[in-house]
Parts: sequence; structure tokens; C-alpha cells
Amino acid sequence: MTITQLLERDTLNDVAARIRSHVVDMCAGPEGGHLGGALSCVDVLTALYFSVLNVDTHWPDDPDRDRFLLSKGHAAVALYATLAERGFFPVDELAGFGRAGSRLMGHPVRAVPGVELPTGSLGHGLALGCGFALANRYAGRASRTFVLLGDGELQEGSVWEAAIAAASQRLDRLVAVVDRNGLQLTGPTDAIAPMEPLAERWRSFGWAVREVDGHDPELLADLLDAAPWEPGKPSVLIARTVKGQGLPFLAGRASSHYVTLSPRNHARAISALRDAESLR
Amino acid sequence: MSRATREAYRDSVLVLLGRHPELMCLDSDTGLFSADHAAAAGDQYLNLGIAEQNLMGVAAGMAACGRVPFVNTMAAFAASRALEAIKIDIAYNRLPVRIMATHGGLAAGHLGPTHQALEDLAVMRVLPGMTVVVPADAAATEAIVEQSVTLPGPLYVRLGRKPTPPIPAAPPPVIGKAQTLRTGGDVVLVGCGPYPVLACVAAAQVLAEQGIEATVLNMHTLRPFDAETLIAAARPATLVVTIEEHWRAGGLGGAVAEALAEAAPTRVLRLGVPDKFVDEVGNQEHLVAHYDLTAERVVRAVRTALDTTARSGKTDWKEHHS
Ligand SMILES: Cc1ncc(C[n+]2csc(CCOP(=O)(O)OP(=O)(O)O)c2C)c(N)n1
Repeated sequence: MTITQLLERDTLNDVAARIRSHVVDMCAGPEGGHLGGALSCVDVLTALYFSVLNVDTHWPDDPDRDRFLLSKGHAAVALYATLAERGFFPVDELAGFGRAGSRLMGHPVRAVPGVELPTGSLGHGLALGCGFALANRYAGRASRTFVLLGDGELQEGSVWEAAIAAASQRLDRLVAVVDRNGLQLTGPTDAIAPMEPLAERWRSFGWAVREVDGHDPELLADLLDAAPWEPGKPSVLIARTVKGQGLPFLAGRASSHYVTLSPRNHARAISALRDAESLR
Repeated sequence: MSRATREAYRDSVLVLLGRHPELMCLDSDTGLFSADHAAAAGDQYLNLGIAEQNLMGVAAGMAACGRVPFVNTMAAFAASRALEAIKIDIAYNRLPVRIMATHGGLAAGHLGPTHQALEDLAVMRVLPGMTVVVPADAAATEAIVEQSVTLPGPLYVRLGRKPTPPIPAAPPPVIGKAQTLRTGGDVVLVGCGPYPVLACVAAAQVLAEQGIEATVLNMHTLRPFDAETLIAAARPATLVVTIEEHWRAGGLGGAVAEALAEAAPTRVLRLGVPDKFVDEVGNQEHLVAHYDLTAERVVRAVRTALDTTARSGKTDWKEHHS
């Protein structure tokens, strides 16, 4: 099925629901997974891969493609589920996540079709994104680069070094998205290192900033598609999200960060996602 | 009973914080300390956020003012990301910062090369003044943490992630002194860290049944390196085999080869992770088996080397040279 056919049948919310359920299944595997921060960025990934990014699953290396980097690489389960749904590799392969013999490493690796560069050590993605954007500019390509960051990840100084470089180089084909779920590994981001006023911080670094509901894929798609929002400036979208979105028994809790779902909680999660679907 | 070395560290440092007001525990959002653990440590514990270079710099600053900080991060983020701060701010100034590096070796398992640390021992052991320790089990970790309170200068301790089995009948290690777990005159097996030391112990047992007597060294301290014990063990032997969860270059095998090459040339076989980034997916046990860092491999390495020597008609070449 082409993406056009797929989107005639399904809304972005339908796609996101399928991705969420894959994520939940993957975190019920023997090694578990970064469940909370994966669920918080599913709607962003859905908007990107099913509406915004110019990518071709039959030609993943197309030099004119848009590029995406999951700087918060620990949300690999969400990226893998999105890439599989988008058609980069078979959905069946997701069941192998983290297991011997699979290529689905716990953080994104280039062996997985659709993954640009490996990530997982926080604070690398934005600099790499600057590199993509600069290379595209030198090559005269209009393609864009999108980088998804965690809000806890913003504590890494390297993020701000890249933010300075992007603004200095006027990389307006570079778009960052901050998954502003308000939590990091051990607790609330603003209790560990207050980031507010976050939009002001980015603005003062020379970026164009928008702050929106990160669980509305249509809205996200419209905004991201419209970037650059201000000529000559890189863009950052602060997506207000919920860690563990979709699972009432985990949502909004730091304990959702890394979870191996027991059979019982796996069943609970599946039925929570189903309930959310029936209410939609 | 199997126990994670990182948890042994956490539990013992919590006790020590209570006894020594100059100690600090500086964290980087690792999750090793729960809210309850943090509360137990009171104002001697700080979570400085996800910023490892800053963590090392802050620790150095505090240490320069008389505090003794234990800093928590993963081995990969200590040895690579924060390396310059460790080299310049901590090691150059000989400051007593205790770098408690979890997820050492292949312990990060399926989390992949971004989280595995297969370079940390090589990197840390070249820094002047750095003490580098790899406890082989939880009890050893407790002993090391205890000794670290009064140790001068910086310390790097490589810890694991998940529970690992205890080393049978191993006395508590003393920093800087290799542990002889078994004595035998034919070959020397040297390991560091939980699985490698267990592999050496098991391999020595099998070799003994085949009439080959092995000395087993738990080389838990890579710097300062106990060359004396190694050389004494190697003198009568025809072969030294090293095994570690580390790339083959620069770690334990490198340290052993350097020491023997200069003082007591002996054939050294270095077992470790091959010279490439891990592309195999799986947990630590799977990767240890995949790269064959096992007792069977040690036995095979010894047998092959000794059989080849015997077949080529060479006797112990050291006899010709000494
Ligand atoms: C350099 C580095 N330090 C530490 C970690 C361990 N770690 C993985 S995820 C995480 C928390 C990230 O928080 P945030 O960016 O807010 O992600 P989210 O809450 O969206 O999952 C930490 C500390 C890492 N992967 N990389």
C-alpha cells in the first residue's frame, strides 16, 4: 500500500494507535524497553513519517530525502514501530526487538532500514542535524532535517552548542522538536533542572519557536510542514506531551521510563489502548 | 547469591556517607539511587541532571575544596563523553573523585554500542595517577568502596548492570594487589570482572583434569598494575591467557602484555571482544557467549597453544632464551 492509499483509509490518529500498540508489545519482550518516552513521542513521529517527511521506503538512500534523527535514541521502540508501519521493514520484525538474532538493537542502529545514524548517548542529535542541514545547503538541496530531543536531554551542554551553531549558520532547513513530557529518568525535569521559560531560552539562542499539544498529529503535521517559520532561523517545536501517553496506570510517572511489561500489565496496557480507541 | 555490583556500591556508599561527612554522592539521572536512597543520603546526595562533563567538573571543584565525591554515570559516558574533564580537571589535579561507572563491558547488552563500554579500561589506565578497579562480584565491590574512602587521588571503578554470580572462595580484594585464586605451574589465566574471572576459575578446573596446572589471577586493579605478582606467576609458565569484557586492545590484555614484554617475555593470548563495534543484538549473557568469553574458550586457547608448541617440536622456548 502506498502512503497515499494508506492515508485515504486511515487518519493519523489511526496510525498512531497502531504504533502505540506495537510499542507496548515490544516492551513486553524479555528485555523490556523505554516505554514512557516512546509513547510520549508517537504522535510526533506519526506526523513526521506519515505527513511531513519526504522519504521513500523503496529508496531509503535518496539523496534528496528529508532526514530524521531520534536524538532521544532510547525511544527506539517508537521509531522502529513507526518505520515498520511506514513500510521500511515488515511489522512482524518488531517482535524480535532486543532479542538475539534480531537487528533491532535497544537504541537505533544503521542496520535498521530508515535509521540515518545511531543515537542513544543523549545530546548528539542536534549537532548531527546541523551537519545534515549544512551538507544539504552546500549541495543545493531543499530537503529538511528534523531532530527529536527529550526535555531532560536538554541538560546536555552539547545540545546548546549545536543550538548556537544552527543559529549562527542560519540553518532554516533544520527543525528540532522537543518532547516536553516534563519527566526524565528519575523524576520531573523541572525539579532536577528547571528549563522554563523554555521557549524563551530557544528564542534567545536565535531560534523560531512554537509550543503546541504534542498529541495532536494533524496539528503537529501542519506546523512542521510549514517550517521554516521565520526566514534564516532554525525552528524548534516544543511538543507538550505526556510520558506514557495512552496508559493510565503509567502516564505521567517517571516509573514509566524503562519498563518490562509483565503478562498482566501487558494485557492491561492492551485493553487501555483499546478503551482509548473506542472513546476516540 | 547473584547480586549486581552497582547495587553493592550503592548500598555500601550509603553507609559510608553517614560515617564520613566529607563524602558526597553526585548523580547524573542514572536511576541507581531511588527517591528513598536519595533521602537516606540527605544533603550528601545531588542529582545534577543529564550532563556528564559538567558532573566531572563539579566533582573536581568540590574535591579541590576538600570533599570526596562519588560520581555516578555509565562507563560509556564516563570514559568517552566526560573524558576530558576526567583527564584535565580530575587526574591532572590528582583529585580524589570516585568515578563509579556502571554498565561496564557488555553489561549494557541489547542497549547497544552507544551504551556498551569496551574502551574504558584502556582509556582510564593511561591517565597518570588514576586508580582503575574492576570488582568481580558484589562482595569485592563493597571492599573496594570501603578502601576508596582513604585512597589518595582519583579512582575509576567499573561496575555492571544486572546481578552476576559471586566468585567462589575469593577473599576481599585489596586495591593494587592481584588476587591469586589458584596456583599451578603450566599456564597463567588472568581475568578481570565477573564473567571473565569465573571463566578462568572454571577453565583451570577443566585443565587440571587434563593434567595442565594453571595459576588463576583476578587482576581486579589495572592501575597501579601488580606486575610483580604477574611476573612471578608467569616465570615458570609457558603461556599466559587474558580474558576481559573489553576490546582486545589496551585493556587487561594490553597491561599484561606490556608488563611481561619488558620483564619476563612469555607468550600472551588476549581474549576479548573483537576489534569492531558490537552488531549482535542480545543481553550480556548472550553477548558473552556470542564472543565466546567463556571457560571453554580459555581451555581451547590453552590446548591449541600447547598442542601447537608440542607439534612444532619446540620445547619451552623460554629455556632457550634464559
Ligand atoms: C549521555 C547520556 N547520559 C545518560 C543517559 C541515560 N538516559 C537515558 S534516557 C534518560 C532520561 C532522558 O530524559 P528525557 O530526555 O526527558 O527523555 P524522555 O523522558 O522523553 O524519555 C537518561 C538519563 C543517556 N542515554 N545518555
